[in-house]
Amino acid sequence: MTLLELRKVDKIFGGLHAVRSVSFQVEKGSIFGLIGPNGAGKTTLFNVITGVYTPEQGEILFAGKNIAGLRPALIAARGVARTFQNIRIFRAMTVAENVMVAGHHLHSASILDSMLRTRRYEADEQALSKRARELLEILGLADLAGEIAGSLPYGSQRRLEIARGLMLSPELLLLDEPAAGMNSQEAQTLNEQIRFLRDQLGLTVILVEHNMAVVMNVCEKIHVVDHGETIAEGKPAEIKAHPKVLAAYLGEEAENEAVS
Amino acid sequence: MRVAIRTAIAAAVLLAIYGLGLGVEAGFNEYVQRIVLLAGVNVILAVGLNLINGTTGQFSIGHAGFMAVGAYGAAFVGVKIAPTIHGLLGTGAAADAVVFNLALLAGALFAGISGLIVGMPSLRLRGDYLAVVTLGFGEIIRILFNNATFLGAATGYFGDDPSGLPAYTNFFWVFAWATTIVILIHNLTFSQTGRSLTAIREDEIAAEAMATPTTRLKVTAFAISAATAGIAGGLFAHMQAGVRPEDFRFEKSIDMIVMIIVGGLGSISGAILGGIFVAVSLELMRDLQQYRLVLYALLLVVIMIVRPQGLLGNRELYQLVRRRKATRAEGA
Amino acid sequence: MTQFFQQIINGLSLGSIYALIALGYTMVYGILKLINFAHGEVFMVGAYTGYYTAGALGISAFEARHQSFPLYLALIVLIASMAAAALLGVLIELFAYRPVRNAPRLTPLITAIGMSLFLQNAGMLVFSPNPQRYPAILSEVRFELMGVIVTNIKLTIFVVALGLMLGLHLFVQKTWTGRAMRALSFNIDAAKLMGIDTNRVIRSTFAVGSALAAAGGILFGLDQITINPLMGVLTGLKAFVAAVLGGIGSIPGAVVGGLLIGLAEQLTAGYLSPEYRDAITFVILILILLLKPEGLLGVVRVEKV
Repeated sequence: MTLLELRKVDKIFGGLHAVRSVSFQVEKGSIFGLIGPNGAGKTTLFNVITGVYTPEQGEILFAGKNIAGLRPALIAARGVARTFQNIRIFRAMTVAENVMVAGHHLHSASILDSMLRTRRYEADEQALSKRARELLEILGLADLAGEIAGSLPYGSQRRLEIARGLMLSPELLLLDEPAAGMNSQEAQTLNEQIRFLRDQLGLTVILVEHNMAVVMNVCEKIHVVDHGETIAEGKPAEIKAHPKVLAAYLGEEAENEAVS
Repeated sequence: MRVAIRTAIAAAVLLAIYGLGLGVEAGFNEYVQRIVLLAGVNVILAVGLNLINGTTGQFSIGHAGFMAVGAYGAAFVGVKIAPTIHGLLGTGAAADAVVFNLALLAGALFAGISGLIVGMPSLRLRGDYLAVVTLGFGEIIRILFNNATFLGAATGYFGDDPSGLPAYTNFFWVFAWATTIVILIHNLTFSQTGRSLTAIREDEIAAEAMATPTTRLKVTAFAISAATAGIAGGLFAHMQAGVRPEDFRFEKSIDMIVMIIVGGLGSISGAILGGIFVAVSLELMRDLQQYRLVLYALLLVVIMIVRPQGLLGNRELYQLVRRRKATRAEGA
Repeated sequence: MTQFFQQIINGLSLGSIYALIALGYTMVYGILKLINFAHGEVFMVGAYTGYYTAGALGISAFEARHQSFPLYLALIVLIASMAAAALLGVLIELFAYRPVRNAPRLTPLITAIGMSLFLQNAGMLVFSPNPQRYPAILSEVRFELMGVIVTNIKLTIFVVALGLMLGLHLFVQKTWTGRAMRALSFNIDAAKLMGIDTNRVIRSTFAVGSALAAAGGILFGLDQITINPLMGVLTGLKAFVAAVLGGIGSIPGAVVGGLLIGLAEQLTAGYLSPEYRDAITFVILILILLLKPEGLLGVVRVEKV
């Protein structure tokens, strides 16, 4: 079953045609990779899918319904979670609070309830707190629950972003360069974590990533873009050897040394 | 059972405030009493403004306008309903209390609505633009009152009685309201709503990506903070003979900003301290009026350069001890 | 009909003054993304410097003898005032804005507001809070043109403002510093990486903007005849609205915005009621920020996520 489908999506910024008629399908329960050289339009695609930008053309079907142009909060509420390339955690809040913020669907108490600290409010807080704890356990952050998020090491901040996204009880998780700044051992752990998210939590994962050790290892299908356009799609083995992909990353072989 | 306990505590607190009020009225002269009342009014202003400027990070510099709406609203409604209420309940303190509190609530309602009107279009704007727009709205509100003949225009509104507005405001009412507002805002700030507001301040885009209804929350926080300014306005109005547009110029908005900056943007206890500071320094510098603003201005600049987090930063007094902050989520 | 043209003339001359001040706002915002709230006070200080300089050059003697103040002395007044304001602008930047340049956006905003208040109130202490009559640095000569009263003062305002704006245009297009200013307004980090001394360019921006505001101050004094230490508050705000209306960060925008605000103000005062001449600017501010926040000539900025 196709969980997410992009149909001929275009995104234009003034003079810059950042995304040109991109289409792809992501099967439910799969791990899908989106790669391409810098500036190819990958993060822009994430932003379009999550509603930060509205595409000029095309449709974005999530579970069959078009979400193109909807506000980000609405899309998130429907089950699309994401992390950010530059890590956007709430730095002044604690780790637990960061996760709890995303728990809107678990929280039905009104502002009045909050002000008066009614029983319903307290029940909601318990539920939020419990769920946040569970997620922090899964991501190995339970010990840091009371720490200020901004003081965490880089790797922990990345995991916090994932935990926060999971609080939305999403069906689809978009990870934007989760392996950035990781060494090969950390990347290995990341691969396991991504598989865990899919296997144990039933998530569908789309990965934007530069680290080929992660992408080739963990993705089932890979979609390659360059200058906003699709240049290839297929299984890791096919993509590894695809001439257009190599050309895009390494430049014309005749003229460049291989510099990854 | 729970409701019973809470009611008992509330009654005890109110009794304590009442007792304290008697003590203050007996022990201090009028001059000091006035400072105490102003401090209480300031606390309400500061805690309310802190909700939107500090916790939510949306900088409004025209809040004097909402205070004005509350002041005029409460004064006007109070004058108009007094005859009816006195007809029903006689002329004792009980009737006055009813009139006064209904008037205050009316003022708060008007102020809250004007907060919605100003907030809805404005909160789409970024930092400095938002500040300028709120400044503009604050001035427009004041100009409107300045030209509203049925409210006395520039001379001010003194009610129907030649001796001016009834002097309902006293220690008890100011501090009963102040305590209530501080508790309500404190509870709001340390709740899921408060977390969401802080998230908006920290990173609005990320907050949206986490399904936070940012626009709705910003506007709501703005309206709440306008309503509290309205309560403060209503209390302030009934300390004077009348309400004048002059009392709500940009200087008043600046006073409010100094309160929350000095105390620490984002801290409720900071706002309380800041409110008291401004009331006290205002009176202490009464003879040095022309120097007061110079010093406040210099204070703002120096604080921003030397210690932008003010006295308490965004922490509360009870968190000053540098220990690992147990997450409020874990408390039960 | 003549009433209409009269208002147009008055509006354009007032608008020219707003434009001179708006240029300072727009140039600083273009580079630092900071609203220099204290700019209105620089305008005020410029006017007062002109006042005191003219006094020092003996203008009261000329006035007593009903003689016009010599042109070369008037020029000295203008230049002295512009220089003093430039210095003030640089000092403000150095002491109030530079220390907080990298702080979160809120901090410089508060600093700017504080600086503005400080100068207003210091001005009241130093210059006396009472309005002062502006000396006749230029003696007024009226003439009628098809029923419309035009004074040489209004003409001077046009000429001086136009001249200064042309000068600025040449400066920004042809000189190295001017080009550097434009570079910084596009991308300050890239400019730094290109080896441009950003501090120096920023200083120059403040200096030039302040000098223009000072000229505006003198022209304002000539036109309105009285000055007071709080004159920068309302006028500064109106000039800021003008900059936003034209598109903040855009130099032609500041000019267009200034003229439009001047016209709007005069027409409102003439046809609606003088009570609302100030309010119209706030209304325009709110409308433009709600409908087209990038201004008439501005560019929509997309935030990178």
